Amino acid sequence: MWDYSEKVMDHYRNPRNVGKIDDADLIGEAGSLTCGDSLKLYIKLKDGIIEDAKFQTFGCGSAVASSSILTEMIIGKSLDEVKNITNKDIADELGGLPPEKMHCSVMGHEALEDALKKYYGDDYVSPGGADVSDTVICTCFNVTEHQIIEAIEVNGLTTVDEITNYTKAGGACGRCKGAIKKILEKHAPKKEVKLSAAQMVLKINKVIESVIAPELQKDGGDIELIDIEDNKVYVKLQGRCSACKNSILTLKSFVETTLQDKVSPEIEVVQV
Amino acid sequence: MVIYLDNNATTKVDKRVLDAMLPYLEEEYANPSSMYQFSVKSSKAIAQARAQLRDFFGAKSEREVIFTSCGSESANTAIKGVLAANKNKKHIITTKVEHPCVLNLYQTLEKQGYRVDYIGVHADGSLDIEELKEKIDDETALVSVMWANNETGVLFPVEEIGEIIKSKNPETKFFVDAVQASGKIGFNLKDTNIDLLGVSGHKFHAPKGIGALYVKSNVIIPPLIVGGHQERGMRAGTENVPYIVGLGVAAELAKDALNYETTEIKRLRNKLETGILKRVFNSRLNSSISNRVPNTSNIGFEYIEGELILLHLSDLGICASSGSACTSGSLEPSHVLRAMGVPFTSLHGSIRFSLSRFTTEEEIDYTLEKLPQVIEKIVKLSPYQDELEHLRKSKV
Repeated sequence: MWDYSEKVMDHYRNPRNVGKIDDADLIGEAGSLTCGDSLKLYIKLKDGIIEDAKFQTFGCGSAVASSSILTEMIIGKSLDEVKNITNKDIADELGGLPPEKMHCSVMGHEALEDALKKYYGDDYVSPGGADVSDTVICTCFNVTEHQIIEAIEVNGLTTVDEITNYTKAGGACGRCKGAIKKILEKHAPKKEVKLSAAQMVLKINKVIESVIAPELQKDGGDIELIDIEDNKVYVKLQGRCSACKNSILTLKSFVETTLQDKVSPEIEVVQV
Repeated sequence: MVIYLDNNATTKVDKRVLDAMLPYLEEEYANPSSMYQFSVKSSKAIAQARAQLRDFFGAKSEREVIFTSCGSESANTAIKGVLAANKNKKHIITTKVEHPCVLNLYQTLEKQGYRVDYIGVHADGSLDIEELKEKIDDETALVSVMWANNETGVLFPVEEIGEIIKSKNPETKFFVDAVQASGKIGFNLKDTNIDLLGVSGHKFHAPKGIGALYVKSNVIIPPLIVGGHQERGMRAGTENVPYIVGLGVAAELAKDALNYETTEIKRLRNKLETGILKRVFNSRLNSSISNRVPNTSNIGFEYIEGELILLHLSDLGICASSGSACTSGSLEPSHVLRAMGVPFTSLHGSIRFSLSRFTTEEEIDYTLEKLPQVIEKIVKLSPYQDELEHLRKSKV
């Protein structure tokens, strides 16, 4: 059972402002049925002030709570005021959300942003900053580079897992995790120091000796590091591995992913 | 008030099991390996439990029974043991819908160079036997199939699969994960081609922390836990006497209750299931009607999300579980329902109800009264009102 705050429970038990506004001035949408949660936010304006807001949500308890509290946060405010609301504000207003559920607050913010974009058009500037691409990084959950960067900057995220918790990106097939890591390296609050060539060699050697070789030895195989050239790591599989039909598989799915994970996502392993 | 309809997750310990265990936690605490009269009762208690498990499995001999700590240990002992005993064979066949405890192990083995084939299922949850047949070759060390699926309750024809395996490659070993089948259907393993089979006590009213593994007498595997001589060297570690006693009693009770399982529990399950399908317009059954264990029902509710259903049910004291992504902490919905091709409209809103011999008629009636109200409340929130309206009309 999730550790939901009293306020989250109150809002999914008694959601406020549920439904549709037939003559809404702005409608913001986020998420999809396939992804497991979606939100439609209806806004009625009067003299630049949000006179009424309603929502319809397909999603879990925290998704409903995030949508519900968002309507309360924006009613009676001007569009200029609500422009500065972030996903963190939504989560804070709810008394916090479990880390795995932060993506629900992100969905609330995305729906609001979608509505605001329709109003401001090209002049819209998101709280996370402008000038970032709309390239889709995670195709499973349709998460863009822009959304990932915004989640990093607003919430001070430092790991790929955190980004998955906040945006869902990388949470299904996991193929985009390398790409997320690259975005993270560029935008993370604390920049990681790039390894020098000598440090890289030491680190690769250590991972091969302490992690990779022992695994292969269990099956009667072994591995020898031949050379390192930029991001290319040349190795030779030995013992039973050298005669094994699956050696390419071992090389790519085990040796390479381990090195990418522990040293650098750029590494490519080449069999000599 | 707790209405517990999540017995595939775990079960209540039967009072008779607990009563049988208590003396071995209090007075009879001797180590069964010790050399004095005081330890005789402990070692005899283990022997009795082993005989109870032999009968439960329908095994030829009690020497085919190994006590373990849980279902995962049973599976790990069997799988890693078979592979270690057949080092030259690097091919494994399993299914796409196995329990994560087994699937994660196979994914690890793949990284170690094993070739693993994951056999698919049909829309009703039944296994693609033809595909399985085709995959068996000379390199196949192990076929590993669950007997009953934990999410849908669908049964795989393991006796038939055993015959297919042995006709194609007599050397291939066959492991069956029977964690969800135990206590729900009868076993008669001596007449089958099943080489190894694992169970977990807490799924049939023994406590958590005790399991068993059946290993056919002609199958030789090394132990997973190496150390002392316990379990004839097959599982080191001082025997967990009270829990082994509990498992023995639970196994005997389960065997005796099989008739109740297939009549009364099945009747209550069917009452709940047909009641929901009749009263809730956006519900659909996620599996075959006939070929499954008597206690499980997996129902999808279209255009609404499962965790929210569970939260509202929880407020009413009703415990069930969901294949929804949101309940697991992972972001992906149930791998079982996806393998069956359950449509996305109901995938995220799928709820599993699982009964036990402690489920009462009143509990089922209460659930049938409350659940439709919960669903109606959540339906009002959904952004898919047009689709829901269409469904409502088509159901009338």
